Amino acid sequence: MAVVFEKPKALTDATLHYCPGCTHGIIHRLVAEVLDELGVQGKTVGIASVGCSVMSYDYFDVDMVQAAHGRAPAVATGVKRANPENIVFTYQGDGDLAAIGTAETVHSAARGENITIIFVNNAIYGMTGGQMAPTTLPGQVTQTSPYGRDTNHVGFPLKVCELLSNVDGAAYLERVAVNNVKNVKAAKKAIKKAFTYQTEGKGFSLIEVLSTCPTNWGLTPPDALKWLEENMIPYYPLGVYKDKYAEEAEK
Amino acid sequence: MADKVLMKGNEAMAEAAIMAGCRHYLGYPITPQTEIAAYMSKRMPKVGGTFLQAESEISAINMVIGVASAGKRAMTSSSSPGISLKGEGLSYLAGCDLPAFVVNVQRGGPGLGGIQPSQADYFQATRGTSHGDYHMIVLAPNSVQEMVNLTFQGFDMADKYRMTVMLLADGTMGQMMEPVSLDMGEVKTYDKPWAVTGTNCEREHNIVNSLFLKPELLEQKNFERFERYACIEENEAMYEEYLMDDAEVCIVAYGISARIAKNAIDAARAKGIKVGMFRPITLWPFPKKEIRAIADKVNSFISVELSMGQLIEDVKLYTECTKPVYLCNRTGGMIMTPEEVLAKIGEAVGGNK
Repeated sequence: MAVVFEKPKALTDATLHYCPGCTHGIIHRLVAEVLDELGVQGKTVGIASVGCSVMSYDYFDVDMVQAAHGRAPAVATGVKRANPENIVFTYQGDGDLAAIGTAETVHSAARGENITIIFVNNAIYGMTGGQMAPTTLPGQVTQTSPYGRDTNHVGFPLKVCELLSNVDGAAYLERVAVNNVKNVKAAKKAIKKAFTYQTEGKGFSLIEVLSTCPTNWGLTPPDALKWLEENMIPYYPLGVYKDKYAEEAEK
Repeated sequence: MADKVLMKGNEAMAEAAIMAGCRHYLGYPITPQTEIAAYMSKRMPKVGGTFLQAESEISAINMVIGVASAGKRAMTSSSSPGISLKGEGLSYLAGCDLPAFVVNVQRGGPGLGGIQPSQADYFQATRGTSHGDYHMIVLAPNSVQEMVNLTFQGFDMADKYRMTVMLLADGTMGQMMEPVSLDMGEVKTYDKPWAVTGTNCEREHNIVNSLFLKPELLEQKNFERFERYACIEENEAMYEEYLMDDAEVCIVAYGISARIAKNAIDAARAKGIKVGMFRPITLWPFPKKEIRAIADKVNSFISVELSMGQLIEDVKLYTECTKPVYLCNRTGGMIMTPEEVLAKIGEAVGGNK
């Protein structure tokens, strides 16, 4: 009988702990499919971060390191420099990457580390129960911005792809979303390109994936997808923010 | 016998690390240990290694975690304020049971403190630099040769016990020049089946991790770690005695303080005062059985240290407060003179003898 659908080999059989409607599962699957398709599962090392995806080390069937909060790009740097033949990626949320780990993110990009960062942006701290994130939208209500994010008081969200697009060391930056089929397909294409660049030694890539958090947004899963489309995408426009090699090809 | 070369402590130590098979140095500049980074930046490319200047101490120690996870020997070095920043990573290294070699060339504190020699990080080094139940092996050299030997040995201990070994030096040790032999012998290698090198789709995936949400499991992990620590306490304590056979007063000192104390002991002996020295070389594990035995023979102890009374707590603890312990100390980057130590010896034996 022909197999029409199966679980990627780069995922274990562990049951994901994510909340119903959370899009982490989709993103895990996309990364795993890409590792399968590129045939690199056996030489990949993943770095789990701190946040909802902390236990991704149980889900990806590749060697994994669990890093301290925000430090995944530094740990990835060490792993990659130790064994450059490994494919090394980090999987980080917005609090991890864009707040406590901002320095590690910016400087791994500046060094042009030949690693891939999967940056999951859901505009909130999920694991700790829904506090304001560096990417929480202006006016967005969270546990620690109960009257809505007041930009006069706490300032503005960080736009990571835009920020890193000015860093010479970064090779490839793209923002994608996983709120509908079309966007999921585009997200996979971007993730695949990022890992392909790494196999070709092309340097630092970061894929920012706009993701939902129905639980902490206080929305049903369908409404969360709608909220992402109506609120997050206008503030965080999708697209390629930098592709050093496409730019070079054009020249 | 191998030829000796004249080298600065920091540089000799760096060369010893390379001889120990370390090919990854990840650091961040801070006085008074920057020679280590400068030396490594020159040497590492020549031996096929990696020198990286990180954006912070925090990043540097996490790069060490990455290299160690991948099964390779890694080191970082810093000085007091920088070691505080590395604290987070040191706790993770312990929680993940990773080997690492970390150098602290101590300077005065607290805060930004100063840049002159100090031993004020004794508590920090021996009590666990960061959160959680854990220890590091802490080695305290008192010569350039010992910096070299303990570095070579330290990398081996780190791999053997899968833990952090800290070389606790001070600004004087790092800066002084002495003739050293770099004849270190063979590097022993260890199997690291736990390392993250890729499964090659032939084995279960390895996970380097310090998260254990089930308290029963976390407790068990800590119990196992402390069984290993007990074995280290039994087998790895190192110390040196000086003129202890007939001593009535025992000076306890490590690092540069021990060298100053030695001069004072010689002067006191010339006056007929029976004083000797017990120098712990491992500050953790502290040579506790040995100092406890000494407590039965001497009348008193003097802790000679460049801090406000940190080593003295271990002296009292491990002698079980059976004998009086005097404190002879300077702090903030000031160094005691042999005369100051001699005066304290006089006090210990009762008046100006």
